[in-house]
Amino acid sequence: MSSTFETIANIIAETCDIPRDSITLESHAINDLGIDSLDFLDIAFAIDKAFGIKLPLEQWTQEVNDGNATTDQYFVLKNLSARIDELVAAKGA
Amino acid sequence: MRLEYLQLIDRIVDLNLADRKISTEATVPTESTIFEGHFPGYPLMPGVLLIEAMAQTSGWLVVALNRYERMPFLASVKEAKLRTFVTPGQQLSIEAHLEHDGSGFAVTEAKIRADGKLICDATLTFRIVDFPNAKMVKWMRDTAARIGLTVEARVNV
Repeated sequence: MSSTFETIANIIAETCDIPRDSITLESHAINDLGIDSLDFLDIAFAIDKAFGIKLPLEQWTQEVNDGNATTDQYFVLKNLSARIDELVAAKGA
Repeated sequence: MRLEYLQLIDRIVDLNLADRKISTEATVPTESTIFEGHFPGYPLMPGVLLIEAMAQTSGWLVVALNRYERMPFLASVKEAKLRTFVTPGQQLSIEAHLEHDGSGFAVTEAKIRADGKLICDATLTFRIVDFPNAKMVKWMRDTAARIGLTVEARVNV
């Protein structure tokens, strides 16, 4: 997960002009880093390309809107890293 | 083209769903109220309308790929370069390629040429959402018929 986190932290820093050292495993992309939905599309695009996956953003949003998940589960970076690792593993399975 | 109605695509020239590419054509009108202000005595096709023409061409590609299930709305424009002036009467060839099919968004690379010369290019991002209402679906399908987009809807709506 650490290399996954490093990759997405670098993507966020570059895409949103956020100082890299302010991005931690515990950072919430929306609440702590202030990333809005449009910027997150750029981040999702870069993550999809970097990992060869398709982040299921619409499914995650639906789950949050339906009350079946919290934003922490997908947008705290340690959790986002874990979700990405799962998607990468599922791709290779 | 009917600039005042933002009808910027005259016809689909080629649609290749396998390669996720589309080509369209449009002729800049010789007269338009737009040219009365942009600019008096020196009519130029506004650059924002060239970007819109690339967005519409990209949008038709996305609509064709999802077979009218959802609607792309322009969300961001990157690396847009307006390389030369476009004047009334010029014929434009517009191309777009789907660079990425994301979850609820798409990214395209688009360009416009005139007489083989590159006029402008940009990277465009679209949010892809459900059609807001039936009227818009009908309008899209009517417009598709007018410009010769022959892809059938997956579901008859």
